[in-house]
Amino acid sequence: MNLSRRQILILLPAAAIAWKSVLAGTPEDSPNYNMSDHWWGMLIDIPKCIGCGNCVRACQTENDVPEGNFRTWVERYHVTDENMVSPEVISPDGGREGFPVAEADAGKYFFVPKMCNHCADSPCTQVCPVGATFISPDGVVLVDQKYCLGCAYCVQACPYGCRYIHPEKKVADKCTLCYHRITKGLTTACCEACPTGARQLADLKNPNDPIHEFLKTHSVQVLKPQMATGAKLYYNDLDGSVR
Amino acid sequence: MSVFKDARHLFRFAGLFVLAFVIFLVVRHYVVPKTFGEYGHYRGAAIGEIAAHPIKFAGHQTCETCHSDVQDVKSKGKHAHVNCEACHGALAKHADDPSAVTPVLPDTAVLCARCHTASAAKPKGFPQVMPADHSSGLACNTCHKPHSPAMDAGGTK
Repeated sequence: MNLSRRQILILLPAAAIAWKSVLAGTPEDSPNYNMSDHWWGMLIDIPKCIGCGNCVRACQTENDVPEGNFRTWVERYHVTDENMVSPEVISPDGGREGFPVAEADAGKYFFVPKMCNHCADSPCTQVCPVGATFISPDGVVLVDQKYCLGCAYCVQACPYGCRYIHPEKKVADKCTLCYHRITKGLTTACCEACPTGARQLADLKNPNDPIHEFLKTHSVQVLKPQMATGAKLYYNDLDGSVR
Repeated sequence: MSVFKDARHLFRFAGLFVLAFVIFLVVRHYVVPKTFGEYGHYRGAAIGEIAAHPIKFAGHQTCETCHSDVQDVKSKGKHAHVNCEACHGALAKHADDPSAVTPVLPDTAVLCARCHTASAAKPKGFPQVMPADHSSGLACNTCHKPHSPAMDAGGTK
């Protein structure tokens, strides 16, 4: 085969791309769980949340979350006519032990459970200088704690404040969407412990998942859509004052 | 060799460059983890390591395999959709070895109040009371059976 210099120059990038796919290898051969069959997200039904803090406690138990840090937490918003733009938001101890009793007044109250949005185009994974945080092929943003340097760049990059530096391990830590559970057919600890069904794990690649019908028939929003992070935490009936 | 007559002094440098490149490749081979780049710009094996984390909440399906009697009572009442471990706590250890680890019965005064204490912040339709006024200090399970809490349900669990 005789190739001119021009042809070789054209073929080189193609060869590089082909080699990359060779390096990428074959997907994980797990008997029951195939990463390419799933794309995980979560539905949060705000009108159902009663602020009991069950999710926060369950998450801390399931994932050995260090004291004072939260992979999920609950905020209580108090919006009145005067402070529509900057409402009063409280989250005592992440809402772990519930909230103080609220007296009925002119304003409205609601609870907003928060956690990692498992963004499809996440800023946190883009800024990692060593490739220690990534989105898995099934759509879960994870941290490789053996590879993380603890530079905390990702902690700053997360627009939702969902990451922290583990006080003992000194590496980035965050919600794994209970990856060890969802890959075994269980739901997340927060969803398992939620008494009202305000949290629902959703597999967006599963055509039979009730999330599809819900998204079609409800007024659903993600947090900070203007940041185009591809957030996959869908909030039903989200008030415009939530930041 | 007339072509290289004026370039011979560069050979040694070229050799150094080649040597440095080989050393770089060798070091890279040992420094970069085996599975790095398996799925993307990260260590592919990390996914399996994270998935290997131990489970603490067994999940209601596991509970129901043994406690179908409770499930029958619960499914008819208001708490049908409240999972077992929402109140009883994480019990995967109990599921693994039911005799070695036995769950502690929750204190209804604390447990029920967590969800059902009246607050203007809670959704209007959610059943809520001021515990002090409602039961004057009596434990909730004096009147209500936690698995099927309506007063006329007449359950025993």
